[in-house]
Amino acid sequence: MKTFKEKSFQTITYTAALFTVACLLGIIFGLFREGLPIFKHVGLKEFLFTNNWYPTHAEPGFGALALIVGSLVVTLGSLIIAIPLGLGAAIFLSEMAGPRLREITKPVIELLAGIPSVVYGLFGMAFLAPLVREWFDLDTGLNVFTASLILGVMIVPVICSMGEDALSSVPKNLREASLALGATRAETIFKAVIPAAKNGLAGSVLMGFGRAIGETMVVLMVAGGAARIPSSIFDPVRPLTSTIAAEMGETVMGDLHYQSLFALAIILFLITFVSNLITESMLLKRGKK
Amino acid sequence: MNKKYIIVALILLLAISFAVAKSRKITCSGSTTVLPIAQATAEAYMDKHPDVNISIRGGGSGVGIAALQNGSADIANSSRVMKAKEVSQAKSKGINPTPYAVALDGIAIVVHKSNSVANLSIAQIRDIYNGKIKNWSEVGGPKLPIVVISRDVASGTFEVFNEKALGGSKVVSSAQLLASNNAVASTVGSTPGGIGYIGLGYLTEEIKTVKVNSITPNTKTVQDGSYPLARKLYMYTNGKAKGDLGSYIAFIQSDAGQKIVVEQGFIALK
Amino acid sequence: MALMLVLTALFLVLFLVRMFSQGAKVLSWDFLFTAPRDAMRAGGIYPALVGTFLLTALSMVVALPLGILTAIWLTNYGRPVWLVNILRVAINTLAGTPSIIFGLFGMAMFSNLLGFDISLLSGGLTLAILALPVIINNTEQAIRSVPEDFREASLALGATTRQTVSRVLLPTALPSILTGAIISIGRVAGETAPIMFTAATFYSRQLPKGLGDEVMALPYHIYALMTEGTHPTEQVPIAYGTSLVLLLLVISISAAAIWIRSSIRRKRQW
Repeated sequence: MKTFKEKSFQTITYTAALFTVACLLGIIFGLFREGLPIFKHVGLKEFLFTNNWYPTHAEPGFGALALIVGSLVVTLGSLIIAIPLGLGAAIFLSEMAGPRLREITKPVIELLAGIPSVVYGLFGMAFLAPLVREWFDLDTGLNVFTASLILGVMIVPVICSMGEDALSSVPKNLREASLALGATRAETIFKAVIPAAKNGLAGSVLMGFGRAIGETMVVLMVAGGAARIPSSIFDPVRPLTSTIAAEMGETVMGDLHYQSLFALAIILFLITFVSNLITESMLLKRGKK
Repeated sequence: MNKKYIIVALILLLAISFAVAKSRKITCSGSTTVLPIAQATAEAYMDKHPDVNISIRGGGSGVGIAALQNGSADIANSSRVMKAKEVSQAKSKGINPTPYAVALDGIAIVVHKSNSVANLSIAQIRDIYNGKIKNWSEVGGPKLPIVVISRDVASGTFEVFNEKALGGSKVVSSAQLLASNNAVASTVGSTPGGIGYIGLGYLTEEIKTVKVNSITPNTKTVQDGSYPLARKLYMYTNGKAKGDLGSYIAFIQSDAGQKIVVEQGFIALK
Repeated sequence: MALMLVLTALFLVLFLVRMFSQGAKVLSWDFLFTAPRDAMRAGGIYPALVGTFLLTALSMVVALPLGILTAIWLTNYGRPVWLVNILRVAINTLAGTPSIIFGLFGMAMFSNLLGFDISLLSGGLTLAILALPVIINNTEQAIRSVPEDFREASLALGATTRQTVSRVLLPTALPSILTGAIISIGRVAGETAPIMFTAATFYSRQLPKGLGDEVMALPYHIYALMTEGTHPTEQVPIAYGTSLVLLLLVISISAAAIWIRSSIRRKRQW
C-alpha cells in the first residue's frame, strides 16, 4: 500500500526522467526537422560531394565537401599527434610508473582536460600561429598544421585516461604469466598486455576522434577559415564546426541558409553518433575478456 | 534536503528578476566596422545618461540584420544597405527596418607595408579576388604570390566590396574568410603577400592603403563620393527610433557624436 | 614511453607559462571589479565575471534537480523498461555531442521559437541541457557505488523506497554527486559555443538586471576580443588576462572537486 508521499516521490522522479528524455530527444528531433528541408532544394549527393559553399550568394551554392574534408583532415592531424602522446603516456603510467608518479599525474591530466577550448584557441591564435608562420616561412600560421597541433594536445587527456583505464583493467596474471614464460618487460607490454587491451585502447582513440571532430572554438580561431579542400598541411581550412559557428548568427529563422546550417549539424551529429556507437561496442567487447 | 534549497533558490531568482523594475536598455548587434563607433558613442551616451544600458554585439552586418528581423536587437549596425529581400522578409515578420546614417567610410584596400604596389584599378582588384591574377608581379609589384584575404558571409563590408569592386562575382575559394575588420588588418599586417579590405578606422602601422583607380581614400574623396569604394554606415531600427533609442541615434548624428566618429578613424557625415 | 609523458608535460608547462606571463600583466583589482572602458582598451572584466557566474548558476539550478531526480528514478524505479532504454540511448548520445550543436539548438529553440531572445535565460537553459547527461551519469554512478548492503538493510528495516533514497542513498552518495556537480560547473563556465548566439554580448556596461538581459561572459569575451576586437594592441593582453582568470577559475573548481573526492575516499571505511 503506497502512501501519498511514496506515490508522489515516484511520480516526481518519473516526470523528471520523462522531461529529460523529452529535452534530449527534442534536440535530435529539432535538428532533423530544421535541417532536412534543405534537401528539397539541394540533392543529398550535391550537398555532400560538391565543393561549392556560397550560401549567401545571389544563386546560393550548398556543396559542403570542403567543409567535411576540412573536419576530417584536422581531426586526422590531431590524432596523429595525440595517439603517440596519449597512448604512450597511458602505457607509461599503467605499466612502468610507480604508484606515486601515477597519483601525481592523474590529477594533472584531469586538469589538462578541463582547460576551456577558447583558451587553447587564444594560445593557438596569438602565440603558436605566428611562430609556425615564422618557422616554416608561410603566408599564415592559421592552418591545418597549427590547428592539428592544438587539437591534438587537447585530446591527449581523453586518450590517455581512457587508455590507462583499459590497460590497468587487464588482469595481473596475464602479465605474470608472460614474465614467467621468460618474456622481458617490454615484450610483455607490447605482445601481451596491449593486445589484450586492444578494444579499450581502440575505444579511447575513437573517443578522441569524436571529441576532436566536434571541437569548435579551437578550429574557429586557428584553422584559417578558407572553405576549400587543402592541398597541403599548411593550407587554411574551414571545418563543419567553424562554419556553423561563423554563420549561425547571420541566418534568419527558416530561410535556406538556416536550413543548410542545420543540415551541416545533422552531418556532424551523425558522425559523432556513429563514432560513439562504435566506441561503446568496443568497450563492451573489452568487458567480455 | 538539498533539493529544497535548490528549489527555494530558483524561486528567489525568478522573483528577483521580475521584481526589479523594467530596465532601460538598448541592444545593438551587427557590423564590426560600426562596432568601434557604436562602442565609443555608447560609452559617451551612458556617461550622460547613467540609467540607460546599451549592450553591443558584433558578428557582422548580416548578424545584426538577422537580429533585427528576429526581434532580438533594437539596433542593427550595418555597413551596407539592407537588401530588398531582407526588407521584405523583415516586413513579413512585422518589423519595419528604418535606416539612420551614422558615419561615412571608405573601404580601404590594404597590403603589407613592404609591398611596393601603390595603385590598383577596380578591374585588377576584381581579377585578384577572382583568382585570375595570382602574383604581385602581374600588377607591378614584387615577385610574390598574392594571398587573398576576405570576410565571411555575415560581413557588410564584404557585401559592399563584392558589389562595388567585384561586381557580384565569386571570391576565389583559396581566400581566407575572416570574421572582422580587425582580423583582416592583423592578418594582412603579418602576411607580406597579403591583400585585404577594411574600414578606414582599422588602419594600422603594419599595413598601407593602395589607391583605387588612382584615388586615395580620405575625408574629401569619401565625402564627395569620388573614392570608388565610399559608403555610408548605418544603424537600422524597427520603425522610427523613439525614446531612448531616438535620443541615442540623435546623439551619434550630432556634432558631439560625429566628433567621436572621427576620433575612431572614420569620416563624419558632413 | 616516458618521453611521451614528458612531452605532454612540457607542453602544459609552456602553455601555462605563456598564459601566466601574458595574462598577469593586466591583472589587478581594477581588472576584476570594474567594467570595460575606453572602447575596451582599459578597465576590467567585471560584467563578464558576473555574467559567467549567473549563466553557470542558472544552468545548475535547472540541470541539477532534473538530473539528480532522473538518476534516482533510473536507479530505484526504472519501470517501464522502454523508458530506461530510450533514456540511456539519449544520455549517451548527447554526452558525446559537440557543443556547437547545443548552441544551434538553443538559438533555434529558446531564442527564436520561444522568443526569449538573446538572454541569460536562453543561455542558461542551453547550458543546462549541455550539462544534463554528465550530471545524470555521474549521479547514477555515485548512487550505484553505495554498497548494496546499505540499501538492503534500509529496506529490511521497513523503510520505503523514498525513505531509503532520501535518508540513506543520497546522503551517502552526496560527496560524489557534489564532485560531479562541481566538475560540471567548471565545464559549463568555460563553454563558448552554446552561449555565442543565445546569451553573450560583447559589451555592456551594467550588470544584467533580469533573466531577459544579455550578459557578458568570460569565454565569449576572450573570443570576441581576439576576433572582433577593435584595438588589438591593448586588447590582446586583455584577452590573455581574461583567459588567465578563466583558467584560474576552472582549475580551482577542478582542484576543489578532486580534493573533495580524495578526502571522501580516505574517510570512507568501505
